[in-house]
Amino acid sequence: MKHTPLHDLHVAAGATMVPFGGWHMPVQYGPILDEVRRVRAHAGLFDLSHMGRVLLDGPDALGLTEKLVTCFVGKIPVGSIRYGCLCREDGMPLDDLLVYRDAESTIYLVVNAANTERDLAWIREHASGAELTIDDQTEATAMLAVQGPQSPEALQPLVEGLTLTDLGYYKFAHATVSGIPNVRVSRTGYTGEIGFELYFPAEEGPRIWNEILTAGKAQGIAPIGLGARDTLRLEAGMSLYGHEIDEEHDPIQAGLEFAVSFKEEKGDWIGRAALERIQANPQRALVGITTSGRRVPRKGYALVHGERVVGEVVSGAVSPTLETNIGSAYLPLDLSQPGTEVEMEMRGKRQTCTVTELPFYSRTR
Amino acid sequence: MRPDDRKYLESHEWAKLDGDTVLVGITDFAVGELSHGNIEDLVYCDLPEVGRQLEQGETFGEIESVKAVADLNAPVAGEIVEVNPAIEDHLEILATDPWEKGWMVRIKPNSKSLDHLLDAEAYEQVVTEAQGA
Repeated sequence: MKHTPLHDLHVAAGATMVPFGGWHMPVQYGPILDEVRRVRAHAGLFDLSHMGRVLLDGPDALGLTEKLVTCFVGKIPVGSIRYGCLCREDGMPLDDLLVYRDAESTIYLVVNAANTERDLAWIREHASGAELTIDDQTEATAMLAVQGPQSPEALQPLVEGLTLTDLGYYKFAHATVSGIPNVRVSRTGYTGEIGFELYFPAEEGPRIWNEILTAGKAQGIAPIGLGARDTLRLEAGMSLYGHEIDEEHDPIQAGLEFAVSFKEEKGDWIGRAALERIQANPQRALVGITTSGRRVPRKGYALVHGERVVGEVVSGAVSPTLETNIGSAYLPLDLSQPGTEVEMEMRGKRQTCTVTELPFYSRTR
Repeated sequence: MRPDDRKYLESHEWAKLDGDTVLVGITDFAVGELSHGNIEDLVYCDLPEVGRQLEQGETFGEIESVKAVADLNAPVAGEIVEVNPAIEDHLEILATDPWEKGWMVRIKPNSKSLDHLLDAEAYEQVVTEAQGA
């Protein structure tokens, strides 16, 4: 199992460590629900060094990325980021990812840990003959996230040459952080809060981690594990590969049309025709479910309507923000309207769930 | 070492003879694994109806934490004759006293022998290995 540059600090902090996507990662440092509340009210620090980071550089970098991902890469201004999926010819996603436009023909991809190797193989396979370098920077770099309403105040003291509050959502810049020049800082995250993601050389990981915890002390910053991260992203209605999307769940019915470009100027791309067909004739929709019962929705539970199995739960969590149990699920279109009641079935027992609009939580609401 | 007045399953249930019946609960290790020491992390415990017949090893219930669901397995075959009514609304009992007040079900066993189960020493080995993993 792989270790991030912060691994030993997590262990020393008493984190519960679990295997995750081939890495030994902290699932929680303390109570998960407290970690969720801290990020919603204050600020949290996440080690995301397990995520895959790949730099594509060269004359064909843009053209190749355009062909491989669902979003319109050519329309991303330099210094901006878009979310997209990497799909097979049949439209089914191999992964979802962030696409950073570093320069006209330089593109930085951030992908899921568990899929990094498969993504790289896919990219290389389609790059044969193309003029570009494909540089897997995952192990040479560390990736941290600072998330929460107080994250700008917590992080700013360490940052030179960039006013964090001036950085727009899904924009990035390079700045000096803790004395390290040229750190990639993006206004992105997976929590639904204001927040930033930082990328810098792996060997600086422990020092920057500790300096952020010290700098953000007054803002109540603390390390947050992957358990709380999963709850935060589900509350914010964000998809997780292996749950809302995977090789059996396409991005259209997952409600990710915003990340899929059918614009003519984008040209043909892998999965386009299949996803156009799905968009023309969707059968099911990803919905939120809430349940006042004590059982928590879990991936794989069947949803029944009367005596008919109509859908499946793909994610679930105890939500301290909404003070109820929440989940996301696929239901046929005629049962996907908010307010519709279905039952989730667990080993023969049933509990009523109500279809709810996604996201459950929005900072601006 | 854990109490040696009872026997254990590798899946972290305990079984204790009490007259003609067997009390069944889960160990402090199981509670710790599910709750990570934070009792708020336990959200639900599903226990069976009185009268249900169980095979040895059969799943008779589930215990659920914020992030996981674990099966509760029967250490002996028999009939459920009593269910601890306090557990459902007071999951904290499982953390404060898993050995006595935290019993979950009382089974009238088909056979009173617990010889097929692990003794406290063998169970300690299971815990040590689980901690090392």
